[in-house]
Amino acid sequence: MSAAGKQESALIPVPRVAGRPIPLRGNDIDTDRIIPARFMTAITFDGLGELAFRDVRFDADGGELEHPMNDPRYRAKGPRVAIVNKNFGCGSSREHAPQALYRWGIKALVGESFADIFFGNCVAMGIPCVTASEADVARLLAAVEEEPAHETTVDVDARCVEYRGVRYPATLPEGARKQLLKGTWDATRILVDALPKVRDTASRLPYTRGFAAIR
Amino acid sequence: MGKNLLDKVWDLHSVRELDSGQTQLFIGLHLVHEVTSPQAFSMIREAGLGVPFPERTFATVDHIIPTDSQARPLKDGQAESMMSAIERNCREFGIQFFSTATGHQGIVHVIGPELGLTQPGMTIACGDSHTSTHGAFGAVAFGIGTSQVRDVLASQCLAIERPKARRIVVTGKLAPGVYAKDVILHVIRRLGVKGGVGYAYEYAGPVIEAMSMEERMTVCNMSIEGGARLGYVNPDQKTIDYLRGREFAPKGAAFDEAARWWLSVASAADASYDDVVTLAGEDIAPTVTWGINPGQAIGVAEPIPSAEQFAADERSTIDDAYEYMGWHKGDHVAGTKIDVAFIGSCTNGRLSDLREAARVAKLGRVKPGVKALVVPGSQEVARAAEAEGLHEVFTAAGFEWRLAGCSMCLAMNPDKLVGRQVCASSSNRNFKGRQGSPSGRTLLMSPAMVAAAAITGTVTDVRELLDAGKTQGEAR
Repeated sequence: MSAAGKQESALIPVPRVAGRPIPLRGNDIDTDRIIPARFMTAITFDGLGELAFRDVRFDADGGELEHPMNDPRYRAKGPRVAIVNKNFGCGSSREHAPQALYRWGIKALVGESFADIFFGNCVAMGIPCVTASEADVARLLAAVEEEPAHETTVDVDARCVEYRGVRYPATLPEGARKQLLKGTWDATRILVDALPKVRDTASRLPYTRGFAAIR
Repeated sequence: MGKNLLDKVWDLHSVRELDSGQTQLFIGLHLVHEVTSPQAFSMIREAGLGVPFPERTFATVDHIIPTDSQARPLKDGQAESMMSAIERNCREFGIQFFSTATGHQGIVHVIGPELGLTQPGMTIACGDSHTSTHGAFGAVAFGIGTSQVRDVLASQCLAIERPKARRIVVTGKLAPGVYAKDVILHVIRRLGVKGGVGYAYEYAGPVIEAMSMEERMTVCNMSIEGGARLGYVNPDQKTIDYLRGREFAPKGAAFDEAARWWLSVASAADASYDDVVTLAGEDIAPTVTWGINPGQAIGVAEPIPSAEQFAADERSTIDDAYEYMGWHKGDHVAGTKIDVAFIGSCTNGRLSDLREAARVAKLGRVKPGVKALVVPGSQEVARAAEAEGLHEVFTAAGFEWRLAGCSMCLAMNPDKLVGRQVCASSSNRNFKGRQGSPSGRTLLMSPAMVAAAAITGTVTDVRELLDAGKTQGEAR
């Protein structure tokens, strides 16, 4: 039982994710592009999957534009692994962005780098974002675009990505890696379990004491 | 060697080290708005969790609220349901909510400081990337996502890794007509939109020290546009003077005690940093973005750089920007015709911003065919501006004077660009589609530059207008 008196939610480790790859090329792809703000007028995340990258996937009349998510070669059902370039997910902190990608089917990402807030949101959802070198991401993108019909594996535990028998070194910050491996990426219970200690810390801060002199 | 502010504040708020190696970090102030919070409250309910520190969370509405009429029910049914949701959530969990009826509603990053909720030495989190704004007070303030909003509601804590610290020193002084907005656009241009990933930015040096608190907020606000999740300025006498008398600031003897503590959290003179960058204030011109991210910026007199001037792996982004914005090689952004002028946002929607824009608005009238909006950042900003007669200056010049909200910065409300309109905007993001039209185009600049563009109908160096205005004034 946790401090909140509810049944402990089961820890779900994410040591590796397997799925068909989808290349999403480009540096600095911002979260406004991943999910335009006009689709956030809602009080749930329901239905966001179909709206992922809406304005670069469809024209104003709903006609399909050229985009990997519209390409029949990448439309296989099931979990997907996105391959991206630099600073993916920059801009707005909206969790609607990883929620939209996840609901579309993307369960892991491999890229050259990720924006800090986007990365944190993904970890909190149990989505690994691993980074590989510029050269390896280029090789992986080329391999996938040449022949996309195979499964790729993002291995958080072994710190690599595997595609068609080739292993690419890929890692993520150790804290996030441990959270995924131990299943503590959903941190709420762990944080709540320390509430007595939280109150101690809070009570030592001058501003929670009304700046009464500390004796 | 002494500690920098980031390390001091982080250590004070560290509850414990988690098994992952991350810090369980106590959050002193949690700010909430209507867009990124409803799902978090639902998760709290579904998990049977409570909100143990409701007095450390404050809420308002800013993103979806219309700026023409805020009468309830809101015309947009979805927006109305979001309004009802935040009202219900705050009531249920005992969180203070600044509705439009309180006189304290506004953009969350404008009201936190003006109410004195934002204080030096605090950790501050909000489900909004521009939470870095509050760093202007020497707070460690950063944006979070909705699952993390849930964590803060449930535990007043986050599981998070400490960022590295980069000190950015801006030396010398700024030329007339050059503003805080130009400083931060210049910083991002020089260090890049991903230069700050993994870092906290400490802004320092004579140019930053000379800035008012509102100017420092503009600088810290856009840290995230440079990739830095948080940015801060060390607290000084200006910080203390700003906070004195604010509603939630300490009073009487406690204020003096607080002021002593606030100054003590500033970085030690011999503090160490992971990186130090020095930029010269004299090198900064009125700066305008030309592309599709805030790093694609130039001095207003410069030509738009061509793709060959960038590293090979940046060229596709440059080509993309040229195509989206409709530029041709050798074009200048100065002289570009605009359709819309937007003054407002958490970056530049404060009283001093409106004063600078009004100074320019006095020099002419909005060019026919240009739609010009002035949107105060909060109800308090609106009252203060109206007390000075700024609203009359704007309306006399042909600008629309609106009610407080995020408005056209992200267009989650009726204020939107249409089609391929070009907007001179005092906001913070020029991403594709950011201002509500999937093909709309944004040129970021200071509020004074936006006012100049509104009057001339084209992107104009505000110094030309100010100089001409001065000459006219002298001739009279």
